[in-house]
Amino acid sequence: MLEIKNMTVSYQGCPIVKNFTMSLKEREIVSLVGESGAGKSTVIRAVMGLLAEGGRITAGDILFEGKSLLKNTPDQWRRLRGTHISMIFQDSGAMLHPIRKIGSVFVEYIRTHEKISKKEAWEKGMEMLERMRLPDGGNIMHAYPFQLSGGMRQRVGIAMAMTFHPKLLLADEPTSALDVTTQAQIVRQMMELKDEYDTSIMIVTHNLGVAAYMSDQIVVMKDGEILDSGTREDILGENRNAYTRKLLEAVPSLGGERYV
Amino acid sequence: MFDEKEMILEAKHVTRRFLTSGGRELTACRDINLKLYKGKTLGLIGESGCGKSTFLRFLVRLDIPTEGEILFRGKDLTKQKGEELRQLRRHIQMVFQDPGGSLNPKMKIRDIICEPLINFGQIKTSEKDEAARRLLETVELPGEVADRFAHTLSGGQQQRIAIARAIALEPELIIMDEATSALDVSVQKSIIKLIVKLQQEKKMAIAFIAHDLGLIQAFAHQIAVMYLGSIVEILPGKDVEKAQHPYTRMLLSAVFDPKMDFSKKIERMDGEIPSPLDVPPGCPFQTRCRHCVERCRQTRPALAEWRPGHKVACHIFGKQGKA
Repeated sequence: MLEIKNMTVSYQGCPIVKNFTMSLKEREIVSLVGESGAGKSTVIRAVMGLLAEGGRITAGDILFEGKSLLKNTPDQWRRLRGTHISMIFQDSGAMLHPIRKIGSVFVEYIRTHEKISKKEAWEKGMEMLERMRLPDGGNIMHAYPFQLSGGMRQRVGIAMAMTFHPKLLLADEPTSALDVTTQAQIVRQMMELKDEYDTSIMIVTHNLGVAAYMSDQIVVMKDGEILDSGTREDILGENRNAYTRKLLEAVPSLGGERYV
Repeated sequence: MFDEKEMILEAKHVTRRFLTSGGRELTACRDINLKLYKGKTLGLIGESGCGKSTFLRFLVRLDIPTEGEILFRGKDLTKQKGEELRQLRRHIQMVFQDPGGSLNPKMKIRDIICEPLINFGQIKTSEKDEAARRLLETVELPGEVADRFAHTLSGGQQQRIAIARAIALEPELIIMDEATSALDVSVQKSIIKLIVKLQQEKKMAIAFIAHDLGLIQAFAHQIAVMYLGSIVEILPGKDVEKAQHPYTRMLLSAVFDPKMDFSKKIERMDGEIPSPLDVPPGCPFQTRCRHCVERCRQTRPALAEWRPGHKVACHIFGKQGKA
């Protein structure tokens, strides 16, 4: 469904991601793991066509459902983003307009992609919020982003991203800023969405524990290169790359190593 | 489990209420009793908004509780002022969550880590180079870092600088407010190892806030679990798996571990924490607890000893329920 072939991404001529190859099937979850600065976010931004200024794909190709994304015109991008491919950010609060109510942003988003009345869009938004188990959708539609907790904002972000049942959901550290309990709930809901909508998910995280729980495939990155990749069982198995092992050992685990 | 002679700080019946607009009262901490021991770590754990940071702010006297007292080596911290308070501050230091935000961007690292020493007249300005090098060495950073500014360092290095500044005065107690949650997991591990090493060398007490039970159990001697301003369970760090309170168990089940059983479903948990402005009467956890019975809605369970060194506040799983 998604295929990235030997992709190299450069910022101002300096290659940040080198020779990245990966393919994702329908209803699969792949995690990109690695430390800050490994180029994980750059990869998913490239898929979304949202590289920061100065960033360019200098080699390779990205195929989404068999078609190259690189030759897309701005108009084609607009039709793809938000409907077929959508994205969740680390802090959905920062994605939402700070001085507009959630409802107003949500309705505008829905009406950009679908010709329906404001009232219908509002109801559709409410329905999505309720599906994310946000209690009292009406209240949330009338709230400003700063009035919601971090977990609630993240659920709003996911609700918006899932509105048009995208085929591919890109998630950039969707749980890193959250409490562990909220993190567990968001992970659970993302996995339910995958089953419900047949969405493939590409998730960036630095927590191998989360990655291991969610993913079918795991890609370990360091300094812009793939160090290790394979199915979850492969990655967690014995005799892996030393770096993969180091990352695995760093995950705090119950009944694991104690330092005192 | 702990030697009472080694106790350096005791919080007794600490309560903090804030007045909010509209004349409502918000209880951020409710009747908290905790003890800190020399050379031991207390892990304070709970979700955002449960009052754990409010409590730690009392220990560094950034805030004063509405009721209760905090005894540091027999003196009530809440009543100190002036020079006496200033002298006390050197024994209690703090490391913050955001390493970048807690270091002055216009000061060189040398000046940042030597400032406490100069403040308390322990070194002369001419001895700064020497002192900075020694401190950087203890936090395993190269000496040349002294000439740099905070923004040129990585998050993990910045946090090491913040730790160097906190230990400069050889304090008896260090408060760490989510000192590793802004860092990558691999960096987090190296910082925790450093903290443990320094603690063993200098025998200081540590109060560490976190929300990840998996992390805290790796190095805390004592864990206190907070929920909506109250402590619901206190247990030895090595016994997390024997946790009794349903909330602690919920935190346990939220830990992702590469060794876990992946077919295990994450339990659905509806609802957020109720607003601290209207905490329900009775048990604070009743709205999210699956074992909630009529009694939980009416009376607030007290923190009762379940086993030596292990206290639980629950009608069902605490000692009271078993009787």
